[in-house]
Amino acid sequence: MNVKAQTLLWVAQRTSAALLGLCVLVHLATMIYAVRGGLTAAEILGRTSGNSVWFAFYTVFVLAIAVHVPIGLRAVLIEWAGWRGRSCDAVLACLAIFLLFGGMRAVTGVFR
Amino acid sequence: MKPLKVRVWRGAAQGSFQSFDVPRHASQTVLDVVTHIQRTLDPTLAYRFACRVGMCGSCAMTVNGVARWTCRTHIDKAVKNKNEIALEPLRNLPVIRDLVTDMREFFDKWARAKGNFQGSLTRRDDFSNIKPQSKARVQVDAAIECIGCAVCYSSCDVVAQNPDYLGPAALNRAWTLQRDERDVAGALRLRAVAGDAGCHSCHTHMSCTEHCPKQLSPTAGIAGLKREVSWALLKNAL
Repeated sequence: MNVKAQTLLWVAQRTSAALLGLCVLVHLATMIYAVRGGLTAAEILGRTSGNSVWFAFYTVFVLAIAVHVPIGLRAVLIEWAGWRGRSCDAVLACLAIFLLFGGMRAVTGVFR
Repeated sequence: MKPLKVRVWRGAAQGSFQSFDVPRHASQTVLDVVTHIQRTLDPTLAYRFACRVGMCGSCAMTVNGVARWTCRTHIDKAVKNKNEIALEPLRNLPVIRDLVTDMREFFDKWARAKGNFQGSLTRRDDFSNIKPQSKARVQVDAAIECIGCAVCYSSCDVVAQNPDYLGPAALNRAWTLQRDERDVAGALRLRAVAGDAGCHSCHTHMSCTEHCPKQLSPTAGIAGLKREVSWALLKNAL
């Protein structure tokens, strides 16, 4: 991976971190508000089903996670495990796809 | 005053501590203690020093677990309330023998970070007119007094974990040149200091800033490089 791509990863991680900070706050505040009278699947689905605002919010959340986690893990693997290069980047790209797929599956599941 | 109990690293990567009793004096630096051992107790002890006044950066060692410039470190400060002191070579550098490290990699990284000034003027041109109070010059002044002692490099966790990392001193040097209005190698240097081996690997632990004997802040310079590199990326100039 060339220096430009490495720098792009760094910028992407910082940008996704800023988004995650906001998303986590909104997510936690919503959870605390929503469980006041107990928590049921029907109540959650009632809030999210067909609601495009929540769909857009959690899509951004999942995208930020799929970008942020593999890049952070890459630094951990380089420094703590000494694993670097194409094999490491390929595995982390797979992780990004997995997080994106799993996250979006959950988002679309509660949107329907 | 009771004699000071001194444990000194002997050997290279493999070795052990050797103990010495050294007379205490009212005003005594760590380098004075090492010099006493080498001159009166064991002439085979290898260590490095030159100016003895905090200018050359050659006498840095690990003193009771902390990297310090030994010529300007008073024994009282290093041992605190105990009467014992452990002296080891700097960390993150190969040990040649006893307290002497091989600093080639440290200085090679300065070269890799394009740490050399590159101007465009010739001797027939007039002097550059740099205002001392200009923002760029103030930033250079805050970082320029590095003596190359490698205390920051020895204290840096990222260097320990990622041997390719250029380290605080080389990046600090690059920063001073990036802010030097006369230098013309900025674009090339930004490429040299970006990425996994460069400024983006810094975790802002600030050990370099904490331990720099000249009270410089390589962390601030590295943060400045991160900003410059990011702008260059956005402008497609990296």
